[in-house]
Amino acid sequence: MTIDILETIEVKRLQVVDEKGSADQGLMGPIDDALIKRFFEAIILARTFNQRALSLQREGRIGTYASIWGQEGAEIGSALAFDKDDWIFPSFRESGVLVSRGYPMSLLYRYWMGDERGMRAPDGMNIFPMSVPVGTQIPHCTGAAWGMYLKGAKTAAAVYFGDGGSSKGDFHEGLNFAGVFKVPAVFLCQNNQWAISVPRSHQSASATIAQKGYAYGMEGIQVDGNDVIAVYKATKDALDKARAGGGPTLIELFTYRLDDHTTSDDSSRYRSKEDVEAWKGREPLIRLRLFMEKKGLWTKEYEEKVAGDAMKEVDRAISEAEAMPAPDPADIIRYTYAEPTARQKKEMRELGWEK
Amino acid sequence: MGKINIVQAINDALSSEMERDSSVIVIGEDIGKDGGVFRATQGLLDKFGPKRIIDTPLSELGLVGTAVGLAAYGLKPVVEIQFMGFLYAGLEQVFSHAARIRSRSRGRFTCPMVIRTPYGIGIKPPELHSESTEAFFCHMPGVKVVVPSNPYNAKGLLISAIRDPDPVIFLEASRLYRSIKSDVPEGDYTVPLGQAEILQEGTDITVVSWGTMVHKAAEAAVDFDCEIIDLLTLRPYDEEAVIRSVKKTGRLVIVYEATRFGGFGAEVSAMVAEEAMEHLKGPILRVAAPDAVIPMARLEDDYMPSIERIKKAYTTVMEY
Repeated sequence: MTIDILETIEVKRLQVVDEKGSADQGLMGPIDDALIKRFFEAIILARTFNQRALSLQREGRIGTYASIWGQEGAEIGSALAFDKDDWIFPSFRESGVLVSRGYPMSLLYRYWMGDERGMRAPDGMNIFPMSVPVGTQIPHCTGAAWGMYLKGAKTAAAVYFGDGGSSKGDFHEGLNFAGVFKVPAVFLCQNNQWAISVPRSHQSASATIAQKGYAYGMEGIQVDGNDVIAVYKATKDALDKARAGGGPTLIELFTYRLDDHTTSDDSSRYRSKEDVEAWKGREPLIRLRLFMEKKGLWTKEYEEKVAGDAMKEVDRAISEAEAMPAPDPADIIRYTYAEPTARQKKEMRELGWEK
Repeated sequence: MGKINIVQAINDALSSEMERDSSVIVIGEDIGKDGGVFRATQGLLDKFGPKRIIDTPLSELGLVGTAVGLAAYGLKPVVEIQFMGFLYAGLEQVFSHAARIRSRSRGRFTCPMVIRTPYGIGIKPPELHSESTEAFFCHMPGVKVVVPSNPYNAKGLLISAIRDPDPVIFLEASRLYRSIKSDVPEGDYTVPLGQAEILQEGTDITVVSWGTMVHKAAEAAVDFDCEIIDLLTLRPYDEEAVIRSVKKTGRLVIVYEATRFGGFGAEVSAMVAEEAMEHLKGPILRVAAPDAVIPMARLEDDYMPSIERIKKAYTTVMEY
């Protein structure tokens, strides 16, 4: 009788810039100053979009909204790593990804106002409508990446989901397929520690979400999600590997949701103020600012200028969203099938929706 | 190509569409070397290779979920699910994504895929291999539901389903797979979705049916003057053909093997009551299965509507 070790895994955690803003130059790789400024500007823009969305919700101008506050490092770091032709499958908490990919903010506001036209990505932008049923978008990413593999395209697909989403069967089946067929996919788990009121420790007894990747035959890595540089680097490496035929990667972006789950939630019911306050001190903008200051890339005037520009851009988007003509009720039927059925045509006539 | 059965007709349709359109791929469990549990994909792996005939992990959610991504990306996946009852694991993907992506993205993304699966009673399998829950799918806007009844329409409808720009649930009656043969032309032809076929003209009773039960409804009709309508597509179904016939006969019997309560027959019945009430000479009757789950093999013949029960319904509407 023998006992053999069949597999050992090492679960890595990547951090490039620490909480004091000091970078490990060896890990950082070729990230130029212009890109660092883009991270900063994109975080400010996403945060401004987010803050205004929360105010608009309080004023009754948009519906329920899922805040990204605290997760901008994970969102912007990954979003800026994509190529134009990559495909992105977001959940409902990725406003920062969409905004920094150039998705029109007016359309995003429109979506949160309850208008499907907001989820029609502009032509040429391969961003799927954000998925509301948790985790169900994971196999879509695998499928698109599988299509890329079958067609020999040099692109990759990526999907965002949360720590809650990692408990779904969709996670298992989506990653399992991806591993078997070695598709060019990147699975981005935004572990923000809370699935509404249920903490990460109740989602899984696994020490990390990252290590689950190894069970599917793919590399899994945990990344400090509040370190935008580390997130960018890990995502870029995974995308490059995917495009080169190296298969999929699971990236756990370790972050924290500073706001309630959505505007309909009250997180004081289930987590302590102290916990939230502690994480407020670790949010991604503070760290990036410290890092940039050390590099001489940040000044108060620079930030004021960026914030002012972001506010103007967001204001313009809100005006555009609110000025959009009401959607046509016929759209309810129009997009069910490529061609309306005889029954639908009859209903259009009965409802007075026929032009 | 002479007389072939439905399994061969399905195989022929897949082969012919895959030759014509390089974006068509087939994914499923045991569909490669094994040729599928019913052998519908037999020989296709050799012909088209492992990048187009793809054996997958045992994972119905994964099959339907990845097919949504494949279809949105530009391929045309034909998904084989071994039995209708196994598709339940993938229902959320059908209902929340495949059916809605065109609408949710306002036309930017679409889902041209086909889910083929055997349904219904008739081959004495283990539990949960004989489901007939077509009404679930018919209730969901955004999908189409097709039920062929013979080799000719199976091939033509499957080709249409593959070419359709929207997701199609393609239900193959397992009882009919090898029990009937018919002449099937070689190569490419289509039977349009959404059009019923008048199997037999008649003047006294309109009989609406689909799949396996079309044959039983016809068998029961020998002593009656029935107009038998094989719907072929349940969503969207050929309401006009049904109304036209009811206006002629004044009587309607709907024959299907699913549970009567809340079944697709209820939709046909309600539609005719709304559209042609004044033409009816008696009650609309549904001959279907009792309000109970499908039993295992020993009781399945008792569950499925019998020729006698169908004849009784014909007699009842004639004597009303």
